Amino acid sequence: MTTPIITADLVDLSLEADSRQAATRRLARLLADQGRVTDLDGFLADVAAREQQMPTGIEGGIGIPHARSAYVTEPTLAFARSAAGVDFGAADGPAHLIFLIAAPEGGGSEHMTILAALARRLVHASFREALSAAPDAQTVVDIVTKEVLGQ
Amino acid sequence: MKLVAVTSCPTGIAHTYMAAESIEQAAKAAGHTITVETQGAAGADPVPANVIAAADAVIFAADVEVRDRERFAGKPLVIAPVKRAINDGPALIAEAVQAAGTAGAATLAAGAWAAATPAAAGRPAGAAAAGQASPALVTKVDRDAGFGTRLRQWLMTGVSYMIPFVAAGGILIAISFILGGPQVATKVFGGTFHGHTYPAAVTGIESFTVAPVLHAAGYAGLLFLIGKVAFFMLVPVLAGFIAFAMADRMGLVPGFVAGLVATATGAGFLGGLIGGLLAGAIVMALKRPKVPRAFAGIMPVVVIPLVSAAVTGIIMAVAVGRPVAAATSAMTNWLHGLSGTNAAALGLLLGAMMAFDMGGPVNKVAYTFGLASLASGDTKIMAAVMAAGMTPPLACALATVVRKKLFTPAERTAGEAAWLLGLSFITEGAIPFAAGDPLRVIPSLMAGSAATGALSMTFGVTSLAPHGGIWVIGLIGKPGMYAVALAAGIVISAACLLVLKSLRHAARAGSRVSVTSGTSVPVGA
Repeated sequence: MTTPIITADLVDLSLEADSRQAATRRLARLLADQGRVTDLDGFLADVAAREQQMPTGIEGGIGIPHARSAYVTEPTLAFARSAAGVDFGAADGPAHLIFLIAAPEGGGSEHMTILAALARRLVHASFREALSAAPDAQTVVDIVTKEVLGQ
Repeated sequence: MKLVAVTSCPTGIAHTYMAAESIEQAAKAAGHTITVETQGAAGADPVPANVIAAADAVIFAADVEVRDRERFAGKPLVIAPVKRAINDGPALIAEAVQAAGTAGAATLAAGAWAAATPAAAGRPAGAAAAGQASPALVTKVDRDAGFGTRLRQWLMTGVSYMIPFVAAGGILIAISFILGGPQVATKVFGGTFHGHTYPAAVTGIESFTVAPVLHAAGYAGLLFLIGKVAFFMLVPVLAGFIAFAMADRMGLVPGFVAGLVATATGAGFLGGLIGGLLAGAIVMALKRPKVPRAFAGIMPVVVIPLVSAAVTGIIMAVAVGRPVAAATSAMTNWLHGLSGTNAAALGLLLGAMMAFDMGGPVNKVAYTFGLASLASGDTKIMAAVMAAGMTPPLACALATVVRKKLFTPAERTAGEAAWLLGLSFITEGAIPFAAGDPLRVIPSLMAGSAATGALSMTFGVTSLAPHGGIWVIGLIGKPGMYAVALAAGIVISAACLLVLKSLRHAARAGSRVSVTSGTSVPVGA
């Protein structure tokens, strides 16, 4: 795979947003800036549609807005930390770690396998703790790359 | 403990895999082995059938319909929303372990499929399945099994849903005879009973007004009519749930349509059985091709039911309905041509016909011939026809009592009701047995009924009543000999049934030991 799923430009360690919509928009803009999303509003609509089905927050302070969308060019992860927390509908409170997962519509299973591996890492406390503690964006990228791709 | 799980979510890129990882970790921590099938965007890698067979329990952590869930039928099952698996994997594993230890209760029964949606999530499926009357609804449809076994499992699923209709409808009719006298039926539908001619109070069970029924036959008449309404659903339910067993929910529409067409065209339960299999096969074929995602959403709701119902309905009406109509008139003419032949031979033939399809076209021809004979003053033929129609349910009931092990729990339940149905000349009481295993049951029942018919004719038993069974014993000439003819047929049929079923049972037990390590569960167990 030529394009990494995450780069330092896709990490925001001090996200400030008062709603999940705002948080998602901030992260999605990072994707748009990198040319990984061709239509910001179109992509956000797809994410919102998914979020509407059921909030993507899970226990442990995690929000995982995500969508398969025709406006996505590469399978991508954008990551944000929010000290104040953003409500993603989880029962136990706001999310401090937010993962925006973007998958191209009709992406091949090879792409999806990488995102699947990423999703699997998310449930590991060690992975979350490492990301919570990461001092800078590049460290986040390194952790994800190492854990998900085994590189 | 060995567990299997399926995870799925609407998008199939995040929660599906998180849930899988979460329960895998939890299972590992608790010392269990688990195989998880992620039905997500990366493509599902189906759990091998032998792994499912060996599993002690199944977990569905799913917010969307689990694909091919019938593979897991008969296994103890826990259903949860996908998020619950992510948030609390250990609890879910603990529930699965508990379900595995609770014999019989929490399984993905055929009956629980419809209820086993995410709406019912968060509790063991046993809660969803608890509404089912009998543990026998645990009809295991094993994909890996040979075609013969699967065919029987499909039929048994249909039968298990049909039995309550047979029991409820049949017992209602019997009660109406007890309360209002057997002429209740004639009072409702019109005709002649023991010299009295009654006008019809209703045109049919599809549309009736209550007042004329109550006026003509009172509440007993109404009970009779309601029993008939329940019976009307017998073939559609059989066909619908055979198709359901084959093709999951999408099979229901074409299956019911096929059953209704079978009823409307007089094709009886054998027609419904064929229709159900046809409907299931058509839906299975329609589900196969991959369709564009945009289109996929309307496939199960609109396209597949529409196409399959149309195709099944047309085939049933044309390829089954027409030949049935032609055969019916041919048989009727043939029977009338036989008048005057040897009485015992005629009784033999009529008896066999009564037991062939129990309410289907062949049975109707024989019964109508009996009615026509009664109208023209020959009361012996009517007696033989009625006796031969009483034999099948009674023989089945007897067989289930003599050798319980040869029958599924559902069949044993049907057997309990069959006593009353048989005594009331409600031949349909044997349909659950015949539909589940037609090749063994129908010949057995025909043998006994043929003997009963021949004996009844030979003894010269007469009946002045067109129906009613034991409740018209006062209108039977030579009731003692009537009982002898009945008993002979019942014993012959029950003996044939037990012999044929034991042979199959022995063969099956032998092959099972050699193929697997004894983990497979007999049908309906």
